[in-house]
Amino acid sequence: MSKYLNFIAEKNQVKYLIITIAFIIFSFFWIYPLLWVLSASFKTDFEIWGGLGLIPDRLVWENFERAWFGANMGRYFFNTLIITVVSVIIVVVTTGMFGYVIGRYSFPGKKILIGILIGTIFIPQGYTIIPVFDLLNNLNISKNLIGLTLATAGHTPVIYILLFAGYFSRVPVELEEAAKMDGAGFVRTFISIMLPLTKPVVATVSILQVLHAWNDFLLPVVITLGNPDIRTLSVGVYAFKGEYFVDWSGMAAASVITILPIIILFLFMQKYFVEGVQGAVKG
Amino acid sequence: MHKKPLSKQIYDARWCYLFVLPCSILTGMFVIYPIGMSWYFSLLDWSGFTKEAKFIGLQNYYEAVNDEFFWDAFIRSFIFMFGTVPVKIVLGFIIAVFLNNQVLKLAPFFRTVIFMPVVTAIAIIGIVMTFVFSPFNGPANKFLMSTNLTSAPIDFLGNPDTVLPTVMGVYVWKWLGITMMYWLAALQTVPQDVYDAAKIDGAEGYRLWIHIILPIVLPFAIVIILVEAVGALNVFPLIETMTAGGPFFSSEVMEIYIFRTAFVTDSGTMPRLGYACAAGVFWGVAVLFITVLQGLWMRRTRRI
Repeated sequence: MSKYLNFIAEKNQVKYLIITIAFIIFSFFWIYPLLWVLSASFKTDFEIWGGLGLIPDRLVWENFERAWFGANMGRYFFNTLIITVVSVIIVVVTTGMFGYVIGRYSFPGKKILIGILIGTIFIPQGYTIIPVFDLLNNLNISKNLIGLTLATAGHTPVIYILLFAGYFSRVPVELEEAAKMDGAGFVRTFISIMLPLTKPVVATVSILQVLHAWNDFLLPVVITLGNPDIRTLSVGVYAFKGEYFVDWSGMAAASVITILPIIILFLFMQKYFVEGVQGAVKG
Repeated sequence: MHKKPLSKQIYDARWCYLFVLPCSILTGMFVIYPIGMSWYFSLLDWSGFTKEAKFIGLQNYYEAVNDEFFWDAFIRSFIFMFGTVPVKIVLGFIIAVFLNNQVLKLAPFFRTVIFMPVVTAIAIIGIVMTFVFSPFNGPANKFLMSTNLTSAPIDFLGNPDTVLPTVMGVYVWKWLGITMMYWLAALQTVPQDVYDAAKIDGAEGYRLWIHIILPIVLPFAIVIILVEAVGALNVFPLIETMTAGGPFFSSEVMEIYIFRTAFVTDSGTMPRLGYACAAGVFWGVAVLFITVLQGLWMRRTRRI
């Protein structure tokens, strides 16, 4: 049940209207930089710097062609897609299994394990990046997508495990006992009884990991330093800025290619984004 | 029921261990092991790109604490934190209070709009903002000049005095949506009858806010502050893509300093992973120290 403080009374039309209009103006300014880059991606360089207007004279699709083929954003797009999808699968499976055990069973060493996990919450990524880079080099997986994908999945926020553990701990015991009576083992109980129940958490964790993997910058920029072939979109646009500094419209198009998929995903699955974000303070 | 022997307990829980294994391996490889290794690396004179590494003890640390740039970056990171976190907390709270009105029909739309920068790739925001704040006909300057707020373009990112506030502003813009969501979650814990009572206008209503609603959301506020404070110390992507620490190191925060000494070869000097690790360890311990302090403060306040 949602609770509301309706200090704007429905009867008070004037107050209502003022607040709504204030928020509309605020929203426009808030979103303007994103609208600006979207419109710039369809403009010519000359037009971009011409005025503040957002409607292009004509749609210059060539910008996208240049970015996709010329600046290799097409390749980076698929790199990013592969890293994101595979790391989501790894993260959901591993944290789901971990959260299940933590949420429902007690076993020797459990407290130590949880303690270590909590201890890693506030470790900044910058603190681990150099040894990670070195580790991937030593394992010989720093020059392909495997290393980048594993490292992306490996820096798993503890929040995923807590979300799973919290959810699993609330599943009634009877369900498990019934499964045991039917002769289902540990693994089968998990896969056929428990996992289907956690669809909302799977969705939330997946969304959060998509957001993290797609938008990550520090890890890919370091790992791909000597390997332009495995760059992600974020790193690609950054390199674009260095290499084709004068192609503003191409860079705007490359930026739109990078941010649009996630924005669309967000618009359709907002509920899970919100739940994931709020899970961090509710716990 | 007497307690089973440990070996039996462990055997009974064999499936549990199997289930925690994959995640533990990943975390071990990419979080625990790197933490340990960065302590070791910090004791080496090592470029990171060759096999030659010389053990030099604490010399890297000695050099770091005597480096003016190190302390500048160190302090700048905290300026960044103290400059952004309070703004986000207060602004996020005000917006959340407004958008928590059921009557406001467009509230879901406004919420979506305010949250939009959060889902936008941070590196892209950094790059786009270098356009937006460009002194050469950038939209920000064009707006300021067309409304006569300023007569000459401001070089937001090129001037050492304005660069840090500008980056901080962009940071607040980028992440305010999350703060707002935290507050919206907190406001949902206030009982409905308290809200109904708080509808009363005037002094009575304000008193309810201060004496009843604020105390209810205070425990949340502490968690939010903690999360936000740590977040504000992790600003590498935004600053690297907006300014790369410049001009003249005036926006160089700790993470940029570490990255610069580790990887970027400026004026022909070799990259120094060992030294960068020492700076990183020093920094990591400082952050941990602050986190623990805040955690203690949090527990004390919650007990009251």
